[in-house]
Amino acid sequence: MTVKEIFQTMDYGPAPESAEEALTWLVDQGSRFGHFIDGQFTKPATGFDSTNPATGEALATLTQATQSDVDKAVAAARKAQPKWEKLGGPGRARFLYAIARLLQKHSRLFAVLETLDNGKPIRESRDIDIPLAQRHFYYHAGMAQLMDDALPDRAALGVCGQIIPWNFPLLMLAWKIAPALAMGNTVVLKPAEYTSLTALLFADICRQAGLPAGVVNIVTGDGAVGEMIVNADVDKIAFTGSTAVGRRIREATADTDKELTLELGGKSPYIVFDDADLDSAVEGLVDAIWFNQGQVCCAGSRLLVHEPVAERFYAKLRARMDKLRIGNPLDKSIDVGAIVDATQLKTITDMVAANSDGDMHQTACDLPARGCFYPPTLITGLDTAHPLMQEEIFGPVLVATTFRTPSEAVELANNTRYGLAATLWTENINLALDVAPKLAAGVVWTNATNLFDAAAGFGGVRESGFGREGGWEGLAAYTKPKDAKKPLSLIAPFEGDKGPADGIDRTAKLYIGGKQARPDGGYSTPVYGKNGTLLGHASQSNRKDLRNAVEAAQAAKGWGKTTGHLRAQILYYIGENLYARADEFESRLNALQGGRHGATEVQDSINTLFTAAAWADKYDGQAHGVPIRGVALAMKEPTGVIAALCPDAHPLLGLVSLIAPAIAMGNRIILGASQPFPLVATDFYQILDTSDVPAGVVNILTGPHEALADTMARHMDIDAVWSFSDPALSETIRKGSSSNLKRTWIGTSLPTTKDTLAAATEVKNIWIPYGE
Amino acid sequence: MLQPATTSQDAHLPQLTLTRNPGMDLDMNWVRAVQANTSAIERRAATLPARRSVKKDYQAAWLLKAVTCIDLTTLSGDDTAARVRRLCAKARQPVNAQVLAALDMPGITTGAVCVYHEMVETAVAALEGSGIPVAAVSTGFPAGLSPFDLRIEEIRRSVAAGASEIDIVISRRHVLEGNWQALYNEMREMRTACGEAHVKAILATGELGTLRNVARASLVCMMAGADFIKTSTGKESVNATLPVSLTMIRAIRDYHTATGIHVGYKPAGGISKAKDAITYLALIKEELGARWLQPDLFRFGASSLLGDIERQLEHHVTGNYSATHRHPMG
Repeated sequence: MTVKEIFQTMDYGPAPESAEEALTWLVDQGSRFGHFIDGQFTKPATGFDSTNPATGEALATLTQATQSDVDKAVAAARKAQPKWEKLGGPGRARFLYAIARLLQKHSRLFAVLETLDNGKPIRESRDIDIPLAQRHFYYHAGMAQLMDDALPDRAALGVCGQIIPWNFPLLMLAWKIAPALAMGNTVVLKPAEYTSLTALLFADICRQAGLPAGVVNIVTGDGAVGEMIVNADVDKIAFTGSTAVGRRIREATADTDKELTLELGGKSPYIVFDDADLDSAVEGLVDAIWFNQGQVCCAGSRLLVHEPVAERFYAKLRARMDKLRIGNPLDKSIDVGAIVDATQLKTITDMVAANSDGDMHQTACDLPARGCFYPPTLITGLDTAHPLMQEEIFGPVLVATTFRTPSEAVELANNTRYGLAATLWTENINLALDVAPKLAAGVVWTNATNLFDAAAGFGGVRESGFGREGGWEGLAAYTKPKDAKKPLSLIAPFEGDKGPADGIDRTAKLYIGGKQARPDGGYSTPVYGKNGTLLGHASQSNRKDLRNAVEAAQAAKGWGKTTGHLRAQILYYIGENLYARADEFESRLNALQGGRHGATEVQDSINTLFTAAAWADKYDGQAHGVPIRGVALAMKEPTGVIAALCPDAHPLLGLVSLIAPAIAMGNRIILGASQPFPLVATDFYQILDTSDVPAGVVNILTGPHEALADTMARHMDIDAVWSFSDPALSETIRKGSSSNLKRTWIGTSLPTTKDTLAAATEVKNIWIPYGE
Repeated sequence: MLQPATTSQDAHLPQLTLTRNPGMDLDMNWVRAVQANTSAIERRAATLPARRSVKKDYQAAWLLKAVTCIDLTTLSGDDTAARVRRLCAKARQPVNAQVLAALDMPGITTGAVCVYHEMVETAVAALEGSGIPVAAVSTGFPAGLSPFDLRIEEIRRSVAAGASEIDIVISRRHVLEGNWQALYNEMREMRTACGEAHVKAILATGELGTLRNVARASLVCMMAGADFIKTSTGKESVNATLPVSLTMIRAIRDYHTATGIHVGYKPAGGISKAKDAITYLALIKEELGARWLQPDLFRFGASSLLGDIERQLEHHVTGNYSATHRHPMG
């Protein structure tokens, strides 16, 4: 076109970013890559092509890792770890700082390479992915520097196996590697097979930074290599990817003590209230669902619009969609680039094609003749049951429905198996701050969307996984308590054949929903003291008793909304009432366990109740200093309904150590009492009954844990299972937990209040930009 | 209902090809429902320049378009007739003829010349035959605090002197006091006083306090019949910005959706770089559409912008970076 013609049409014309330097870098590497193991690139071997999804052209050949490659990488990481940890925080900080600097120095090379490999628009890789990755290393250089001071009782986990997805290749690498290294771990990381190139460039950066050999190891390949890492001799697996694969990893690691964090899928709600700045909310959707072609785990993919403004909002949205430019991702004026791979394109295409419901609008544009492209799509008028409203599409497809009231908005938003992120738009701060905490999500954005920063934790609840990446809260995923504590041991119940010591027979029942309940099965087990006297009978709980307890706990939802002050008062009251009956509990403990430690255990239990009461209104969240005019409130929320198996030992203290912090934080809890010494737990419910604990907040079951563990683990309405019981049950619990990806905590020593408080809370980051 | 003008001979005025904004009754429900989320608007404004890039021939064409949308302005206490004549000559030939010839774009002029009332006759005479309209800043510019009847009279005199565009200033106090009816009445009377001359309402956004006020004032002025809404006098401490522009053009878009009427937009003050001009044009194209990229619906109020555009155009043609002294001053 001539200048004269352009003067009339006012088209944008092409504005391509040059790929020359990135392509030259690939050629300089021989266009063939091995793995990065023990500080060196291995010789390229049999593998696969990495292609540019925008053109279909091959960029380089990558090597498929073998078992031996993975073994070598893990061995190198294992060997390097003690020295890396011993280097100390400030020593590690210097390397992380150097990496951050080098990422900055080569920022355009990284950005162009990322766009070539992944298909995302150059604007995004240049302005979002790469700067955020740099920021993550700067931030965690700081965390390394501060570790000795700020986290004196935490130590590195050891070797971390990390598996990352293709949607933000370098950024996900940074999210994984930076905190791991900062805390003194070494890593074996596998990038996604579609998008390994920036990880390999990063390996080169590690060499330039002089990082000690073995601290970072990168192996390439498909899911099979991921499985090898999951099964390798590593101390932790960190995975970001699909819920299906996350579930498989949970099951595959069930028989090990490997730490696990999973950042999985989502179907995140995007709520627009009628008083919102609608134009800005429309623009927010561009960043929510058409950012990175919608291939974002936290994409605002489920639009919920307030009925009074729905039609006007849809009209504005459709008009905005028609302005989106789809095409060559290297063009600086492109909004939507290429889908990462033909397989993914087919998944999206098939899912949308299978639907004939609702009203569909697609951006009116010509898609490039070759390459993997899909037009931005909006489908309005779908009901909640529709598969497209339920399933993650992982593409530029937005589905929408309407709501009538704020509470209906919350119900619709939470009507999903996932819980990663949520967005809400309103100019009313009362509404925003009321709704944000009610949303089942790890991250909530108000009047903005897809804001990320190293200082604010990211991660989900429900089937979106567990663990946080970023912020202080993210460090828990890469550290463990420093000191080894006294391990718990299994205790066999005493046997006996003598009659009862008491004159009148007492019946210990189950405690469900604030009431004493007979066991569904109708079976009881005798409990004998050390000298063989019959102390009483304990009910044998079965799966139906557990089911009833969960229903009672779910009905006690209101507990989570009470104030910390109120919960503290109730915990103090429990302690007070226990103190009043200290003698009775002391004798019961001595009779059950033998010996004379009952008095100490009662006093320790009262102390634990008082400590938890003290924390109830002080275990505060944080206001993270994120680099916007605004704040990210890291709010601690109760985990939800917790099912816990008490240790055999310390039948009162073990019980109280789990109950007190859990309810202090607003959780409801179902406990399997100490197996050999259940009768102190059944005495304890009388204390609960007289201490104003609302019905269903604490529920106590007795009987063999084996009968409960599997049902607990697989129950879909339980949010966490804790076990301090028989280690043989751990595998069952971890495996069963994959059903709804509930949190599991397998304890091997008596839980400390601090650790229990951490397990009893989830950090939700609520981003609140402000300004008038 | 105001009558659409039909007699103007000036191609740069909206009423020739489009229905002139007749205005409507003040709709307070609409005005009160307007929201403007500052952070979100700033984010959109901040990322826009990185989302759109215009290169090579496209850049040259866009810069030429920008030239045709400039209200070449002098609003100084030391303006003289000779100074205004020099400016008018520049408006007729804003870009070096050889550069225009190389681009095959002869005959480019600026959108208008903008002067104080006292300079209107001089400018009209200097521009005779060029088709370039003269815009006058009337109504007690820049503060708008002279007696109301004198402001109205000033408009009449400027029109009588040959100005075909009148840039009026609103009473900021009406906005700050939330007296939308007073703002509406004032705008309405000024619009009437303009007759067939088209009227640009200067909101002086730097003095309105919030973007929500900017959005509401934009809407009220359009309801009262403004042909254009304009950010600033150039005399406030903060003049045209991208967030303010985004707020105002979204109001224009809503008004268009509701009424079908095209209202023009003029950012003024603080736009001095060619790159900024392209960003503004991209913003208009994105939020309002390409139809608004014509001088009948878009103007830059600028004095030094043209110089930077001339240098960029010469660079485009020759490949050499240019120098200010190579281009005739306006």
